[in-house]
Amino acid sequence: MHTWRQRMRPEQIRELSLVGLIVIALLIFGWQIENFLSARTFNRITSSVAIVGMVAIGQTLVVLTRNIDLSVGSIVGFTAYFVGSQLAANPGLPPVMAVVLAVLTGGALGLVNGLIVAYGRVPAIITTLGTLAIYRMLLINYANARTITVDSLPSWVVELSRQTIFTIGDFAVRPLFAITIAAVVVFQFVLAYTVFGRRLYAIGSNPEAARFAGLPAQRTVLAAFVLCGMLAGMAGFLFLARFGNITAVAGQGIELESVAAVVVGGVNTFGGSGTVLGALLGAFLIDLLGQGLLRWLGISEFWRDALLGLLILLAVASDSVILGWLRRIWAAPALRAEVSNEG
Amino acid sequence: MKAKLRRLLSWEGLLLAILVLVAAVNANLAPAYVSLNNQINLFQLSIEKIIVALVMTFIIINGEIDLSVASVMGLAACIVAVLFDRGVPMEWAIVVALLAGVLCGAFNGFWVAYVGLPSLAVTLAGMIGFRGVARILIEDRSIGGFPAWFTALGQQPLIGPFPFSLILFALLFTLALIVLQYSGVGRLVYVIGHNAAVARYSGIDVPRLKLGLFIASGLVAALAGVLLAARLGAVRGNTADGFELDIITMVLLGGVSIFGGTGNLAGVGLSILVILNLRNGMSLLNVTGNVQTGVVGMLLILSVLLPNLAQMARERWQRRAVQRKEVQTGVETSVSS
Repeated sequence: MHTWRQRMRPEQIRELSLVGLIVIALLIFGWQIENFLSARTFNRITSSVAIVGMVAIGQTLVVLTRNIDLSVGSIVGFTAYFVGSQLAANPGLPPVMAVVLAVLTGGALGLVNGLIVAYGRVPAIITTLGTLAIYRMLLINYANARTITVDSLPSWVVELSRQTIFTIGDFAVRPLFAITIAAVVVFQFVLAYTVFGRRLYAIGSNPEAARFAGLPAQRTVLAAFVLCGMLAGMAGFLFLARFGNITAVAGQGIELESVAAVVVGGVNTFGGSGTVLGALLGAFLIDLLGQGLLRWLGISEFWRDALLGLLILLAVASDSVILGWLRRIWAAPALRAEVSNEG
Repeated sequence: MKAKLRRLLSWEGLLLAILVLVAAVNANLAPAYVSLNNQINLFQLSIEKIIVALVMTFIIINGEIDLSVASVMGLAACIVAVLFDRGVPMEWAIVVALLAGVLCGAFNGFWVAYVGLPSLAVTLAGMIGFRGVARILIEDRSIGGFPAWFTALGQQPLIGPFPFSLILFALLFTLALIVLQYSGVGRLVYVIGHNAAVARYSGIDVPRLKLGLFIASGLVAALAGVLLAARLGAVRGNTADGFELDIITMVLLGGVSIFGGTGNLAGVGLSILVILNLRNGMSLLNVTGNVQTGVVGMLLILSVLLPNLAQMARERWQRRAVQRKEVQTGVETSVSS
């Protein structure tokens, strides 16, 4: 009893419970729905989680600092279209350059957000609500009602979403999903073990204390927004590879999906707690429930949003109630020790 | 206090200057701009949004936010349409839609006020969820063919040249002005927004007021949704989609702080006029809707960014002045102080 309590933090229990929920959902759906645990379902879920998960990593970094980025959907759309049109114009562009272009484009848009928030002291929700509209406007002007089609793209881009890196049983792991998983591993490490990562938590849990401790708050918040933009840019590239046909409305609504993933994944909207892995699990759970419930209950596609809204609310509510309760349990032995020392 | 008053005055002064500028440019571009019909039309095109902006002012001054208003508008419009489609009399359909708005507001308010969840997260869930309920009801249909009196309500003038929705807005604006600036409840809205903890320790029933505000927000948003259905004459699943951006922009551009506690309805009224005239002018120039939204987004950021930059410059200038003084008077002053 004592040892596991010392080893684990309430936040880790939350991640474990997410894994538990995912396993339970998989078992129920697999039992109730014919052919649910198939390679097709796996493929469908991982392809969509690849994109939302990539955006959710960046969203996590920003939310940890007690900010929010609502412009990511527009960044994904802008990058997907921009890189797509560049590839259509220069089919000889090497793959590495296309990825670098996507990341840099997203990073530049994130830089604008970060400068306004960190150095202009404009609240993040106002800034990114504004840039959500501005970036979309730029895209619509740039696109000028043209569509990027699969045929105009070099074949390696389109092939990327169909290739298989390796298989586990029947389940094929596609490059898009593998890229996102790699990014999650990297950023999980960055958040847990690097100075930059710990600063994000410090600034989010108490901005004033972080400032008094001499942490470079402005620079760190700026970096979080730039990274968020870069990851959204990368997601834009994945979006291009997955869909191939890109219009000016591409990526609309991803900002909400990423916030939902982050919130369900246990990242506190007041900053300071949560992990990238949690956000990925959140994205996974949402998609799994979306796919599974629709097929299990035989309800139409129109139910998706209502279920998603309910899910987010339940996640936030249980997060607040259960975590508060767990923290009290964790704090109890320390409190008792203190009282007995004094007495 | 005096400095604050001056700041507020200068903020509204700035808005007024922008408004005069926009109006002057518009009048130059198109002589028809100054006609009463164009002025009424300009209001009518956004009347639903500006009605909701009035309640949003209360919510944001109170230190909360309601992202779900556009979805409540859409839901109310869908309820009216679907019930009418099933043969329910229009009057009853409207009543049910308004009740649904009250329920949505009470739902948001319960989680925010009594469970203590952040309103950003709760109303984000509401924004997705209420829109989802609307989609379940209407699916991918488009429902129209409402009774003549209903569409006339949204489109035809009622008294003189003024349509019903504009008269309603004038009444609601007056009511909101009296409640927020001249009543005890209005003072409580400010006090809670300024410091909810202090308000609670002073014996104010904070949750009850917050619940009340969210219910009011739901009700007014539903009313606006019904008006929108009447004006458009047809309802779809994405009716009023994305309106929250415009509504929140109107309030924040009016000088209301997103952190609560400051701002007033005069500023919001002015910012509504600025945005409406700006959009009207851009329409006269054949600027598309997306660009208009982008320009409004820019205005939103600049409205907070520019005063911040000005204040930062002023602070830096003052610090430098103090340093210069210290250098001049020598070391003994810094020791004695």
